[in-house]
Amino acid sequence: MADVLPGERPQLAPPVDDTGPLGWVRKNLFSSWGNGITTVVLIVAIGWILSGFLHWAVFTATFDAKSGAECRGHGACWALIREKYRYIFFGSFPYEQHWRPLFAVVAMLAMLILSSDRRMWNKRLIAIWGVGSFVAFLLMFGQIHISLGLILFVALAAGGLGMILRGAIATPGELNGWRALAAVGALGLIGRITGVIPTWSLAIAPLSYVETGLWGGIPVTLILATYGLVFAFPFGILLALGRRSNLPLIKGLCVGFIELIRGVPLISLLIMASVMLPLFLPSGMTIDKFLRAQVAVILFAGAYIAEIIRGGLQSLPKGQFEAADAMGLNYVQKTTLIILPQALRVVIPPLINTFIGFFKDTSLVLIIGIFDFLNTANQALVDPNWAGFPGEVYLFAAFIYFCFCYSMSRYSKHLEIELNKGTRR
Amino acid sequence: MATAAQPKQDLSHAPSVITLKGVNKWYGQFHVLSDINLDVKLGEKIVVCGPSGSGKSTLIRCINRLEEHQQGNIVVDGVTLSNDVKNIEAIRREVGMVFQSFNLFPHLTILENLTLAPIWVKKMPKKDAEEVAMNLLKRVRIPEQALKYPGQLSGGQQQRVAIARALCMRPKIMLFDEPTSALDPEMVKEVLDVMIELAREGMTMICVTHEMGFARAVADRVIFMDRGEIVEQNEPEAFFAHPKNERTKTFLGQILHH
Repeated sequence: MADVLPGERPQLAPPVDDTGPLGWVRKNLFSSWGNGITTVVLIVAIGWILSGFLHWAVFTATFDAKSGAECRGHGACWALIREKYRYIFFGSFPYEQHWRPLFAVVAMLAMLILSSDRRMWNKRLIAIWGVGSFVAFLLMFGQIHISLGLILFVALAAGGLGMILRGAIATPGELNGWRALAAVGALGLIGRITGVIPTWSLAIAPLSYVETGLWGGIPVTLILATYGLVFAFPFGILLALGRRSNLPLIKGLCVGFIELIRGVPLISLLIMASVMLPLFLPSGMTIDKFLRAQVAVILFAGAYIAEIIRGGLQSLPKGQFEAADAMGLNYVQKTTLIILPQALRVVIPPLINTFIGFFKDTSLVLIIGIFDFLNTANQALVDPNWAGFPGEVYLFAAFIYFCFCYSMSRYSKHLEIELNKGTRR
Repeated sequence: MATAAQPKQDLSHAPSVITLKGVNKWYGQFHVLSDINLDVKLGEKIVVCGPSGSGKSTLIRCINRLEEHQQGNIVVDGVTLSNDVKNIEAIRREVGMVFQSFNLFPHLTILENLTLAPIWVKKMPKKDAEEVAMNLLKRVRIPEQALKYPGQLSGGQQQRVAIARALCMRPKIMLFDEPTSALDPEMVKEVLDVMIELAREGMTMICVTHEMGFARAVADRVIFMDRGEIVEQNEPEAFFAHPKNERTKTFLGQILHH
């Protein structure tokens, strides 16, 4: 090659030994005697376990049976799942009404799938979630009564938020709109409390009412996990920002809250919410058990999400804060336009990992007697006609959990690649 | 680089835009600014130099309150700096800043980087802000990069964008904190050229830099700082030709004849 000029060397093909499937096998599986033996032993072991499992789960399994007795002596009793799947999926929800939780689940899954597309990450998504959630809960409850007090409260909250968040950028006309909304809400609430305005409620009642005590299975798990995280996310952002605040009181409160929540197991929070909270409420006042569990999940997830987001905030170079300051952006503008978009981008993959964890952690609500998916699967075992096949039921439950968690995991991977594609630093 | 000295304008009747009186600042026990007195006239160009740790960056960062001073008085464009957030934001609208490490926002395009502050701080309509931004990008000679992200540009281009971004707010005063120190040598000139152009248009500038050619070309005054003090200040010709203080002589000896 001595007579080839630099820059004119021909592109040579790689040595044949290293390419193609055979080359791959030789290089990765049989590169030495030791590796070869390991490969053979592992292939035999995997084959043995797999054939045993298939024998049990497929070849000798019972797919159709009137009761557990017909399954005995054979392999897996999938007839049990066939018999009980409606209960496992939807719990004690009235049997002939099962289409309602089914469509509620479809609505929630549709919202989640829509939200997974980055092109949908804009204001429209909030509207989609508003409408979708309303449909899902209307299907689950059957009837929704919206009291005047709640409407007024929402008006006050929306007006107040609009004034704060849009205050710096809105036109005077828009700002007056927010002010008017908040004022109507505030005055109306005062009127309601003092009794000047009579009570009234808007009833949307197309279906029969089903209380939360009868909810169960997949919808319960999905609602607890989804809404737990939807609300925990902004809550966690506020906690993370508060923890970095210069105001000692805000900082102290946030640190205290985060450390307190992180210092106790979720189970203890759930037990507190279900057993202890009612003791502190004035007599006659009750808060739905499901709602209490939901709030406990939100508080718990919020503290963990806050710590992840804080990591993202800390990963930003100081110069980003300084550049935003030097331009004259105020705190809200700096945080929403410069800091959070960058910090959240960094923490999306670890956030989704936390989401996967919380999706499974919601199964702890079975401790306080809420029938989430794992708990309904558990209850399906109680039927004496079908006693003795826990393996099948748990395998089925594990499979469903796996489908959810694995898709989230794949999504996290996909998003990581997507976000790194335009590495813009 | 255009190093030929320009006839400097007469600033004796120009009004002051920045006044520092008896400014002191400590980092813990370390006295980083000690009794700084400085008066900057409208249209004046000042180059601040000095060894690292001498407090020159801290000095200009006090002017737009990125750092807080503990004693003394700073008046910028008629507004006395205090803890009042409104005052600080008012001053920052009038004072543009360019950093050593560019500090462009990596998640926004070049155009969005430029229009951000006009739209959100000045409430300029988006269309107008984009027009202003495109004109400034033409001035710094990179209009074709408007839709790219900062990470896709070279260091010199990024720093020119940073200058354009600061100019978008139509500031009265520009602060430069070692704008060429993080650049590869071949990119220093393109940035300095933009700065010289800006100086010739009459912008009030305070520039922390060791580019002595730049100082000769545009500065009305060169300030030498060491250990938190202003040790010496003079017109560039006199400053370089006849430094009076020993520390100035040592410093100039180090940076001019290495």
